[in-house]
Amino acid sequence: MSTETTQTPTSDWGSQPHAGPVVWSDEAKREIDAIFGKYPDRNSATLPILWLAVREFGWISPQVEQIVGEVLERPLNDVHGVVTFYTMFPRRPLGRHHIQICRNIACWLAGSESLMDYLKQKLGIDAGETTSDGKFTLSEVECLAYCECAPAMRFDDRYEGNLTREKIDRILAEAE
Amino acid sequence: MVKLVTKHVGLENSHTLEVARRNGIYARVEKAFAMEPDALVQEVIKSNLRGLGGAGFPAGRKWSFLPKDSPKPRYLVVNADEGEPGTCKDKYVMIHDPHLLLEGIIITCWAIRAHKAFIYVRGEYDLPIARLEAAIAEAKAAGLLGEKVLGHDFAVDVVVHRGAGAYICGEETSLLESLEGKRGWPRLKPPFPAVEGYLRCPTVVNNVETISYVPHVIELGAVAFAALGTERCGGLRMFTVSGLVKKPGVYELPMGIPLREIIYDHAGGLLDGRTLKAVIPGGSSSPVLTADEIDVPMDFDALAQIGSMAGSAGIIVLDNTVSMVEALFVLARFYAHESCGQCTPCREGTAWLAQIIDRTLDTRGRSGDADNLLRIAHNIIGNTICPLGEAASLPVVSFVTKFRDEFEEWIARGRPVESIPMRETHIAAAV
Ligand SMILES: Cc1cc2nc3c(=O)[nH]c(=O)nc-3n(C[C@H](O)[C@H](O)[C@H](O)COP(=O)(O)O)c2cc1C
Ligand code: SF4
Ligand code: FES
Repeated sequence: MSTETTQTPTSDWGSQPHAGPVVWSDEAKREIDAIFGKYPDRNSATLPILWLAVREFGWISPQVEQIVGEVLERPLNDVHGVVTFYTMFPRRPLGRHHIQICRNIACWLAGSESLMDYLKQKLGIDAGETTSDGKFTLSEVECLAYCECAPAMRFDDRYEGNLTREKIDRILAEAE
Repeated sequence: MVKLVTKHVGLENSHTLEVARRNGIYARVEKAFAMEPDALVQEVIKSNLRGLGGAGFPAGRKWSFLPKDSPKPRYLVVNADEGEPGTCKDKYVMIHDPHLLLEGIIITCWAIRAHKAFIYVRGEYDLPIARLEAAIAEAKAAGLLGEKVLGHDFAVDVVVHRGAGAYICGEETSLLESLEGKRGWPRLKPPFPAVEGYLRCPTVVNNVETISYVPHVIELGAVAFAALGTERCGGLRMFTVSGLVKKPGVYELPMGIPLREIIYDHAGGLLDGRTLKAVIPGGSSSPVLTADEIDVPMDFDALAQIGSMAGSAGIIVLDNTVSMVEALFVLARFYAHESCGQCTPCREGTAWLAQIIDRTLDTRGRSGDADNLLRIAHNIIGNTICPLGEAASLPVVSFVTKFRDEFEEWIARGRPVESIPMRETHIAAAV
């Protein structure tokens, strides 16, 4: 799965460091306490805290792994191993909008390849890249469980189905 | 036509507690509490309710495997990972009837004497997650969840746990590892989760749909519920129909309904001018059926008898315009991407399968490649920790065996002239 961007510098971890200091907000600290309260052990809070970190910091950089490891009291290695296992924890900044086109069987049958070609051309980028104005990141993903409305995509945190070129044009035009 | 778990789809505000209560949700909790937990398990066994996540294991029997004497806490884990390509059903319950799922959870917790349930939801499901969170908050405020459910001396706490994008985490032991905050590497079984599951405690893992039928088993009674289905598969289930049909969608229908009826009577039949070529009957992992095999009744036993699987009931319809070689590539690429890498036969094998089909598509196929595909697939089957290896291999075996001519044709001559590249054709047809 290519989610590599071409120009962004990467650290040895394969993820992009944050430029400034990375500290939890007070609200995040309260949420972390609440998350720990939901589980009988500390490690189970790992995924929820990583999700919180994505919301707070945009992506999981080496510094974010560090502070996540600190609150979880888990070795950095463990945290890194978890982060890299899953596809939804971004390890470098994404564009303001994230377009994820499904390429699996139902969407492919409904023409997702041609939509992907169209988007690549329209945005002038390849799958896994972000437009130079930082507005759109384009990804190709596996089944989104929206097969009954194929071809489908996830646009930021919502689903869009029965896609056509016109519908894609409209969605992109409406995005700030 | 009877509907149970999709009865409230489309009903305004069906996700709110007020409407749910008016619809009779939670009315079955008292009835369940009036039964001894063991009697409840027996009732669910008698109902022939099967696990609807894919494997079809009888739900009540799974519950009965929990050790009777363990001092450890017990857990219920609801599988809402919904990752099997071609399957989009669980979200309908979570979006439209989240209180039904919560009711099922309360009753199941009573049956297995668990006080804590986790719902592991696929990471992309923002709306289902929001609906579940809201429903849990409402239920807590109304005393339906918490320390004393409906005033009884019985506590149930429900936690929504968000996944992060890994198909393998739908496999139950991988899901438990993931819930424990680790990489989603499946565990060797035994021990089964019922004995050693979440945090090595006895754990029942069931699919969203399975748990959502539990209140209906209580309401209708085991015998009436069982009678809706076939001899050994009780009740109804949600069939997702996708691919090249006029009305793709999710249809709740009786177990054992002929596949032909689902495709033609419910999903609107094929697109105009097309003929049926093949059907994947139970999600991408199930062996493909030819057009001649669609009179099969859609239940776990009947599909197993003809060498396929009812699986997750994700029906994917392929017509005469589809190249089986290209379609198999899409599937093989998926499994190669999703193999967790623990077992060499699966990690290497799934990649080889995808590579060989890819080179066939690129007209670099070699004579003997059809047999190579079969050989690699057979070397994966039975030699891996979890069933993903098999899930990746069975489609390959069935595609290559049943459509061998097409594979040989591509290998010998490249793209057949009459096959139109997918990227140019179907989009117009599908909208
Ligand atoms: C690779 C793989 C993926 C799976 N994905 C799912 C899934 O997304 N949802 C699900 O409910 N079951 C899935 N299963 C089946 C689970 O392992 C398990 O059998 C099921 O959750 C048990 O619930 P049930 O008995 O109610 O079906 C998957 C199995 C495998 C091998
Ligand atoms: S069979 Fe494949 S997915 Fe399953 S544990 Fe082995 S390598 Fe991982
Ligand atoms: S195949 Fe695209 S959403 Fe399922």
